[in-house]
Parts: sequence; structure tokens; C-alpha cells
Amino acid sequence: MKEIYLDHAATTKLDERVLKKMMPYFTEYYGNANSQHGMGRDAQKAVDEARDEIASLIGAKPSEIYFTSGGTESDNWVLRGVCKAFADKGKHVIISKIEHAAMLSTAAELEKEGFEFSYIGVDKEGFIDLDELKKAIRPDTILISCMYANNEVGTIEPIKEIVKIAHEHKILCHTDAVQAMGAMRINVGELGVDFMSFSAHKFNGPKGMGALFVKTGARLNRLISGGHQERTRRGGTTNVPGVVGFAEALKLTYETLDEDVKYVAGLRDRFIKRVTEEIPYVKLNGPRDGSKRLPNNADFSFEYIEGESILFSLDLAGIAVSSGSACSSGSLEPSHVLLALGVPEELAHGSIRFTFGKENTVEDVDYTVDKLKEIVERLRKMSPLFKLDGTVKEV
Amino acid sequence: MYNEKVMEAFKNPQNVGEIEDYSGLGKVGNAACGDIMQITLKIENDVIVDAKFKTFGCAAAIATSSTATQMVIGMTVDEALKLTNKAVVEKLEGLPPQKIHCSVLAEEAIKAAIEDYRNRQKGIVTEKEPEYV
Repeated sequence: MKEIYLDHAATTKLDERVLKKMMPYFTEYYGNANSQHGMGRDAQKAVDEARDEIASLIGAKPSEIYFTSGGTESDNWVLRGVCKAFADKGKHVIISKIEHAAMLSTAAELEKEGFEFSYIGVDKEGFIDLDELKKAIRPDTILISCMYANNEVGTIEPIKEIVKIAHEHKILCHTDAVQAMGAMRINVGELGVDFMSFSAHKFNGPKGMGALFVKTGARLNRLISGGHQERTRRGGTTNVPGVVGFAEALKLTYETLDEDVKYVAGLRDRFIKRVTEEIPYVKLNGPRDGSKRLPNNADFSFEYIEGESILFSLDLAGIAVSSGSACSSGSLEPSHVLLALGVPEELAHGSIRFTFGKENTVEDVDYTVDKLKEIVERLRKMSPLFKLDGTVKEV
Repeated sequence: MYNEKVMEAFKNPQNVGEIEDYSGLGKVGNAACGDIMQITLKIENDVIVDAKFKTFGCAAAIATSSTATQMVIGMTVDEALKLTNKAVVEKLEGLPPQKIHCSVLAEEAIKAAIEDYRNRQKGIVTEKEPEYV
């Protein structure tokens, strides 16, 4: 059976070259980067080189990169760390309604601890409402955070403008760039952002590896207490193979970024065009303008049918996708992102995210559309909301 | 997350459709919750001779609809009223905990169709609004 992986926003395959670069640090140079002996110094050297590499690729100083266990830890850290560091100055934080659960769950916990959050809405394509953001600012606001690109519908947010608004009010600004890194060139200096979260497995790096960019002088308390690792700001033995893999994956991604983005966006556009033209009663979620949408993302609502049954039908045909957000697959609630975009609940239930990668082919796209047509037709024949002649039954 | 039996019922559902001259129709659930189940029954001398379903919902909702319709064909109306969601789950050899409500929906759809049949026998014909579960 065919196996077509269209869930690159969930995770990606580790690049063989990255694995090769990581391997010696498991078995040969396995020293603890904090040890003073030669083995430790070898490990520390690899970590330093990786940090330099990542910093130079994103326009940061090496001392501004802190390694973490992934995007979720980075998000938790920045939110809790800033709240703790500034609790005496203010207890108000502004975030968007379409943040990842790593932000939203942490915010909900901090609310119980006495912090106040304003959740800024988005328009029907997922772009943050900048006027609402400006109006939400208060004298006690200590942090503004908005994701760089949305994981479900692919909207690329105007981070530069958000940073400008935040800094005009002398408020720190964070962006979760987990989906953006690997899809575009990121320059933290140019953006002016104070904190940025990253995750290596989204661009063919290892899982369990991430980073937080902390601009020089930006204050935040630590999340994980422990030893003196990461300039005493993040305890825990350094994941040397992970750090090496992160840097190598980012380096390789940047080497071919422009052509890869063009290629993947081509697959996305072909898919969107064919689905829109060949399947009736579908709605594309997220931006229409391909340049304001992640190059790999296409998210559709299929009217009169439910997303999970589409997902499993595609799965049986060897095609891997996710329904709404992969993270909400365990729950019965429709995606909070789609609801924030104003997608009605019944449509949100019928939504599927397709995320392409550079190893996908035009044939993969065409095969998926062909299968999708059959599946949608079959499920609609089973749906009490849809009549066989194509007319729509009122619910 | 689903066992083979559930996936098989989802892949090859039985009794899909709508009986034109049905004796009773039951429709439960609502689109906002992501599940609507409609079951039509053909009943002769108080015995269910045919059952068909149409379902808007997840793989478990489709599998339970298919299984419940298979189970009630051949039952008397009284026997079908005693069909529990648990029996449907057992027939499918288990469902994930968060999907048990699909089997409840199947039980309720059967009950609603039988209620509609009984009402029709009394001369009451109501195209019932979907119940909100």
C-alpha cells in the first residue's frame, strides 16, 4: 500500500545527515558537557559550536540561545518566567486566542495563580486584531505573545508590528516560532522580538529538542532548577546529540530553504486548487494569499461530514493527515483555532489539515485528491445532512 | 485507538441508507456536537424486518450505527427496546472511553425510531426535531 505522509506540521522525519552528525555524541563523545575533563570539554565544544551555528543563522548572539526539551518547554518557560520575574510590576499578559496548547494551558494555570490574561481575537483568515491588541494594553501589562505562524491554519502573523506596539509601551514581546522555523528565514534582530520559542523536530531535526531565544537584558526567571547548565538559567544535563542535531538540521534547512519553500508551496497550491475545484461544499480555512500562509499548509472543512471519519478513511488509503489540531485528537471539542476564526462548530468538526513536505511529490498530491474525492462522496452518502442528488438537507 | 472489529465496521458498514416506506424514524444528536444519527426501521407484526442508518459522525459513530442496525433486524419491537449501548459496545469488542457516547447515540436512535413507530400506529405523525444529547 502507498504511504503518503501529509502531517509535516505534526512532526518530520529526521534527516539522515543529521542522524549521522548526532551518532558519535551518543557513543563516542558521550561526556557530560559540564564535566571538566577532556571528555566533557569535547562535548562542551560541540555544544558551543552548535549554539554559534544556530545564533548566526537566526541573527542572534550565541549567549541569547538557551536549549530546552522542545517548543512546549520554551513556551512554558517564557510565560512562567516573565510572570514570576515581573509579578511586582504587573500581573497582566496579552496573548492571542489561537496560541498552541503549550501557551493556553500555561495561561490557564497562571490565571489560577492570580495573573490576568487578555485573549486577542483574529479575523476569519486567522490574522490577529491589532486594534484589539492595542486596546488591551494596560499599565500593568508585562508581556505580549503571539505565535509567528499558526499550526492549524498556517496564518503568518505580523510579528514585526506586534513587537513595535509592545515596545512602544515598554512591554516585552514573545513569539512561538515552532511552525515558522524551517518555513522561512527568521532574523530575531530584525524582528526585534525579546523571546522566541523553537522546536527542532519540525524541520527534520530530533524530537525532544528545542530552544528559547532570550534577548540580552530581557528578564525572566528560570523554569527548571538544577545545576549550572545554560548559564544557570536552565538546569538539566545538556542533550549533546540533540543540540548537535538541532544545529545541523537548521543549517541543512537553510541551505536549500528558498527552493524547498517554492517546491512545497507549489504542492500546496496544486492541492488547494484541485480540492476547491473538484470537491463541492468545501471551505479553505486560513489565508487565501499563499504568501501569508505557511508554504506547507492546507486546511479544509468538508461540509456535512465529520473530520475523524475522513482522517481514518485517508489512513486506510495510506495517507496520514490530522483532524483540526493533532493535539486535540484525544478530545471531542472542535479546534479552538477554527472557532476563533469564526468557523461554525459543525464545520469545525469536519476539518482536516494537510501539511506537505519536500519529500512529497506531485503524484502524492494527485493521489490524495483522487482518494479524497471518493472518501468525501462515500461519507456524504452516509450523512443524514446530505441528499444523494446533491441538494442540502436542512438540519 | 480503534480495534479491528470497529475499523472493519467502519470500512464496510452494513445497512447504510434510508428505508423509503419506513415504519419509524429516529434521529438523535446534533451537528454542533459532531454526531447525528438517523435510523429508519421497517416493522411488520411488531418484528423489525429491516433497519437502515445515516450518520454524520466519527468512525465509532458509523461503526456503532452499522452494528446496532444489524443487531435489531429480526428482533421484536420489545426486544429492540431492551438493546443497550453496552451490548453494542460488546458486539464491537470495545470502544475507546471517549467514544462510548456514540454507542449511547445508537441506542437512543433505535428507541426514537420505535417511539415514532408506536406514535404512527396511534395516528400521531411527527417529524421529530433532533434531540440534543
